[in-house]
Amino acid sequence: MTARRARNFAFSGLVLIAAMIWIFPLYWALTTSLRSENRIVSDAGVFIDELNISAYVEVLSTSKLPIWYLNSVATSVITTAIVLVTGMMCAYALSQLRFPGRKTLYLLVVASFMVPVPALYVAQFILMSDLGLVNTWWGIILPQLIVPVVVIVYKQFFDAIPKEMREAVLLDGGGEFTLLFKLYLPLNWGITAALAIITFITTWNNFFWPFLVVTSEDMMTIPVGITQVNDAFGVAYARMMALALLAAAPVIIGYLIFQKRVTEAVMISAGVKG
Amino acid sequence: MGAPGQSLQGEEAAMSKAKRRRRELRAAGLLTAPFLFVFLIFFLYPTYKVIALSFTDAPLIGDGQWIGLANYAKLLNDRLFFTSLWNNLYFVLLTVVPTTVIALLIALAVSKLKGRMQALVLTLFFLPYVLPVSVVTLIWAWMLDFQFGILQPLIAAVTGKPVPVFRNPYWVMPMIAVVTIWWTNGFNVLLLIAGLRNIPEDLYEAASLDGATPWQRFWRVTWPLLWPVTALVLTLQLILQLKLFDQVYLLSNGGPFNSSYVVLMQMYREAFQLNNGGYASAIAMVLFLVIVIVSVLQFQLLRIGGRK
Repeated sequence: MTARRARNFAFSGLVLIAAMIWIFPLYWALTTSLRSENRIVSDAGVFIDELNISAYVEVLSTSKLPIWYLNSVATSVITTAIVLVTGMMCAYALSQLRFPGRKTLYLLVVASFMVPVPALYVAQFILMSDLGLVNTWWGIILPQLIVPVVVIVYKQFFDAIPKEMREAVLLDGGGEFTLLFKLYLPLNWGITAALAIITFITTWNNFFWPFLVVTSEDMMTIPVGITQVNDAFGVAYARMMALALLAAAPVIIGYLIFQKRVTEAVMISAGVKG
Repeated sequence: MGAPGQSLQGEEAAMSKAKRRRRELRAAGLLTAPFLFVFLIFFLYPTYKVIALSFTDAPLIGDGQWIGLANYAKLLNDRLFFTSLWNNLYFVLLTVVPTTVIALLIALAVSKLKGRMQALVLTLFFLPYVLPVSVVTLIWAWMLDFQFGILQPLIAAVTGKPVPVFRNPYWVMPMIAVVTIWWTNGFNVLLLIAGLRNIPEDLYEAASLDGATPWQRFWRVTWPLLWPVTALVLTLQLILQLKLFDQVYLLSNGGPFNSSYVVLMQMYREAFQLNNGGYASAIAMVLFLVIVIVSVLQFQLLRIGGRK
């Protein structure tokens, strides 16, 4: 028994070491960001032995990081809210109501899964340019509003709610909107939170589209903005890593807080894709 | 006495049924309208537009002439396009199966752990997945920096000298693959762990009672029961990696000597730098078709797998 316990202990230790090696690049970025530029190029110990925050101060005061935060927060929050509300309403209709074109609509939503979105970027850019939305929040937001997985997941969860509960609300004189917002939505807060988180992270991290539709530095989101600083700083390792970590901080902190929900969200969204 | 009352009731019922139906239709209209509006304008219309554009010589902004299949004919003679296609394929080979194997190993190891230890290890393996791509490339560019990168001694130990990996035609794609696997692997680990949890414990117990070795238990129990999830991971990865752009743009910009030039890179250059909207659309259409075909095959494959 003790031999087995010792073996388990050794196994856990090995896996933990592997995980620490896996996360090492992130740790190394942190170590680098806390050193002075001179020391980085002269000697580089693996351990954090200096707590020099001047790189952070400089990045925050000289780059447009605060504005990019604002742009990222605004576009991601608005996108997530619209995606959830429109997706939920459409899913409710698909799941609970009979109307002409229902099957066609559902097939379209499912089929849109297959379309590689970047293949549409040229046409979407032209559309945004025609609408005068290049270099605006709405230009960033509008093409990102199509998230078929939200509709499909909501529909599956709405399908699973027993019809008797529905009848009870209808007998009390409630309409479809009452049903959706007083019954179906409250029963699915968990799934709503999961979908919100996965939509938010996806939007926050999107690089390609905001990179195309935004050219003005004041309208950039975090993932696009930090690539501009790259060019401006030249060789400045501590500042680059401070910048990377400041840019990553919201998602890292968010993930650590909502860990369970994030993993749940990833599984749900992928389960549907099969 | 009873008859007229009944027919009146019947009429009322018919009336209220018709009314209910009208209300249902109106509600359906109101509920689907916002989604439909967005879907039609920002998805279906661009889909139509990119198909239409691929048959014209339009610049990025402005109108063009209908030129039939000329863009597609040009593609067939475009050596850069075939280089791009080949690089996409090469990248798929470098990532899809390796990342699935690595994720499977990690998932098997993590699922053997318990409690907080498991939570901690899973967090460490998953964390890179939530990072924005440009943060990932910044960190790896520093890790692999030619002069001061902490991984250069490792590379020098193998090759005898440091290598500027993203400026070397032989190293660039494998290294972008390494970065990509590091970044996206957590997603696969998560799916495989979920798959492993769905395998009933008593199957392992039964196998142990029959005297199966761990090796046999893996190949006779775990592998076949996990296959649907493994197949899902493989196909999702295939589709994802075909859409490669961000990492290449940020790490090597398609170079050196086009050795990391990929299809979306060419679409981007043609549309946004060379102002060839029509030709870029034709390139996009090829990617579009490849991915739709892969998706349909995936769907069929998983359906067959599900039937078994």
